[in-house]
Amino acid sequence: MDETLAVDLRQITKQFGTTLANDHVNFQVRKGEIHALLGENGAGKSTVMCMLSGVYRPTSGEILLNGAVARIHSPKDAVKLGVGMVFQNFRLVPSLTAAENIVLGETHQVWRTKAWMARKTAEIEALATRFGLPFNAGRQVWQLSVGEQQRVEIVKTLYRGAELIILDEPTSVLTPGEADQLFVTLQQLRSEGKTVILTTHKLKEVMAVADRISVMRKGKMLATLDRSATDEREVARLMVGQDRQEPRPRKARLKGPTLLDMRNLVVIGDHGRHALEDFHMTIHEGEIVGIAGVAGNGQKELAEVLAGLRMWKSGTITFRDTKWKGASVRHSIESGISHVPENRMKSGLAGSLGSVDNLLVKSYRTPARSKMGFLRHAENRLWSQGLVEQFDVKTAHLDAPVHHMSGGNQQKLLFAREIHQRPHLMVAVHPSQGLDVGATDGVHNLLMTLRDEGKSVLLISEDLDELLLLSDRIVVLFGGRVMGEVTHDAADREHLGMMMAGVV
Amino acid sequence: MNQRGKFRLEIDPSGKESPWWVTVLAVVLAFGLVAVFIAATGKNPGAVYAKMLGGAFGTEFGLTETLVKAIPLMLCGLGVSLAYRIQVWNIGAEGQFVAGALAATAVTIYLPGLPFWIALPLMLTVGMLAGAVWGLFTALPKVLFNVNELIISLMLNYVALLALDFFVFGPWRDPAGMNFPGTRPFTAEESLPVLGATRLHFGLILGLLAVALAAAFVKTTRWGYELRLIGANPEAARHAGINIRGHIVVVMLLSGGLAGIAGMAEVSGVTHRLLYGISPGYGYTAIIVAWIARLNPFGIVVSAVLFGGLIVGGYSVQTLGLPSSISSLLQGSVLFFLIAGSILGKVRVRWN
Ligand SMILES: Nc1ncnc2c1ncn2[C@@H]1O[C@H](COP(=O)(O)OP(=O)(O)OP(=O)(O)O)[C@@H](O)[C@H]1O
Ligand SMILES: [Mg+2]
Repeated sequence: MDETLAVDLRQITKQFGTTLANDHVNFQVRKGEIHALLGENGAGKSTVMCMLSGVYRPTSGEILLNGAVARIHSPKDAVKLGVGMVFQNFRLVPSLTAAENIVLGETHQVWRTKAWMARKTAEIEALATRFGLPFNAGRQVWQLSVGEQQRVEIVKTLYRGAELIILDEPTSVLTPGEADQLFVTLQQLRSEGKTVILTTHKLKEVMAVADRISVMRKGKMLATLDRSATDEREVARLMVGQDRQEPRPRKARLKGPTLLDMRNLVVIGDHGRHALEDFHMTIHEGEIVGIAGVAGNGQKELAEVLAGLRMWKSGTITFRDTKWKGASVRHSIESGISHVPENRMKSGLAGSLGSVDNLLVKSYRTPARSKMGFLRHAENRLWSQGLVEQFDVKTAHLDAPVHHMSGGNQQKLLFAREIHQRPHLMVAVHPSQGLDVGATDGVHNLLMTLRDEGKSVLLISEDLDELLLLSDRIVVLFGGRVMGEVTHDAADREHLGMMMAGVV
Repeated sequence: MNQRGKFRLEIDPSGKESPWWVTVLAVVLAFGLVAVFIAATGKNPGAVYAKMLGGAFGTEFGLTETLVKAIPLMLCGLGVSLAYRIQVWNIGAEGQFVAGALAATAVTIYLPGLPFWIALPLMLTVGMLAGAVWGLFTALPKVLFNVNELIISLMLNYVALLALDFFVFGPWRDPAGMNFPGTRPFTAEESLPVLGATRLHFGLILGLLAVALAAAFVKTTRWGYELRLIGANPEAARHAGINIRGHIVVVMLLSGGLAGIAGMAEVSGVTHRLLYGISPGYGYTAIIVAWIARLNPFGIVVSAVLFGGLIVGGYSVQTLGLPSSISSLLQGSVLFFLIAGSILGKVRVRWN
């Protein structure tokens, strides 16, 4: 019995139907360390975490917490044993305040008087300040940014007395600045003796924050390494089983004719304020234009206008020499604009439907997919099977609901749907979100191929590395206006950062 | 291994659909609960249930009566299930049913003496249209002003029922009917054909046809695909350029139209006149029928027959001195346990 281990998984196996998600996994986490769990999409990382937090129960094997066999039969048991989990899609009630969300489920207090709530709010705020997790506890959750909501989730686990904090892909929804702040918090947690397990697909982050690293592949645990004794390259090779794909060499660009021209655009956002103000942008055929900017500076609205989801107030949009009259999703789809939305499960995919139905979303009206109002059932299955194989989407079978797929595989399915028709313009918002290194390289190469074929991409991302790697030009948005524009060769990280902050 | 470790319960948070056994369990629990009430009256629940079963399915008369009751349940249940597919909570099948019955009867009142080959198709068409219009009254405020369809469709039930009262007590009352609130009897030309000497009428074929068509369309057409997508994730449907409001209007027209056909079939096939209280709540029972079947068209055929049997069985226990409202009690309990089950349905039973 080893008292220094916060977590000790012994021969854990988890089976979903015919899928072996975890195959005799041994996994040890020491007390007071930050432990990164890595692996390709579908390797079984989320499954391990869900078993620790009582969402799933292992098919076989033993879980030991702090040296003792633990019976974790429900999330409640996990909380009692001091395990707290922050899921990727947060589980907060939007209409309640942050403080109310945190005390939710506290059963020993029936009467929630004002005084009691005030006391609790103070307690929560003290806890939040101690760990450097600032948010306004009296605000309703829907008014908080994604980063703040994540802090609420973390404070919630601490408030419930968690000693082990599990975070599933915490940085995939954060801006780089917010991610840095999260790492400071994690270090603070460690210094107070808490244990942290997290997953991420960004190796840089792992190297920056983790003490030890465990790598999984295809449901099996491969190795646990000390951060100080390894490097990015070794970890990547372990994860993928081979060296990384070489990035596609950037071909010289032939500047094509104008594809999209937006002038004097004014767009009203959800809360009635101007999201885009006097916005100008031109995209030529055969180029990748990156949009850099801190989230909430009009990127979302820009993507929605192009996808036909949002009307603009004034200004003109000309696409392939045709002036747009109004916003229409069907018109956008039919004129060859595809859209990878920022939140795949909210607006991209229908979780309870299978792969075929989800792949059909954009193309079911085309003659290849349906005839005289009837879907071509057999052809569509064959076509879906082809896409699933081509894009390496791992799913138990074509009819399995997509919410059973791992996060990265959902993203691959969505990306496959949007790119396979060779759109004239692909509006991609965080296209590699949740993808492992290999799949990210794959997505990057596909976008470059699209560009080399003379098609165009509007790449909206908060990941400067991705923008710098792919974009022919980067346009910086600040407060709904264009702050500036740089070409691929002249792009300079520092200068971009200043523009994103609205300084230059 | 511990003693109680044979069975274990597991929560599957991703499970959006409750497993099939929840439905079965809900029915079993409902019968169990009502058994307590029967026992409280001093009767043997087993004997009462046996009597119900025999009354509903044991004889040719019982069986055809059960099917007669199943027809409106099937049509109305199919109608509401279409609306529920896209999360439109139409509880107005009762009113749409009555609207169909009223319109079909209007043909017999204002255009008497038509030959059957004109009268019946005409009655069917106007019955369906009236139900559809009644459905439209629910759809339009919803899509134009975002008014909650639960409230409108419920209110419209009362409007339709009061209109029914007005006509059967007023202008359409049969002068030869000794003050009985009902219209004159339909002629043979205005009545749907029946099977032999039974009361089982042509409406059964209409119902089965509607089910088959609906199932085929939902599965194979683009329209059905759009319904599936809206039902699974309306936001994704919006991103696909699907006109959700248009679908709500069309589905409510269909939903109401199917209930309207049921109303027409009831007056023309069973009662052969319009009566006060023409529906013993078919439109409401249809809601349970649709949920028991989990909105599956063929499941609706099965659950409609089961609930038809419940109604007929309820009548047959009257000879034992129990009120027929026992079947309402059973229906209510089934619905109660179904709703509870959809929450508990996230729990999975695992065999170690
Ligand atoms: N509820 C479920 N039902 C069926 N299969 C599931 C379920 N949850 C996960 N799986 C399967 O188990 C495997 C592992 O999934 P898991 O979510 O643990 O992967 P992951 O390592 O978190 O991947 P990603 O990086 O893409 O998030 C996948 O093949 C997935 O399809
Ligand atoms: Mg995962």
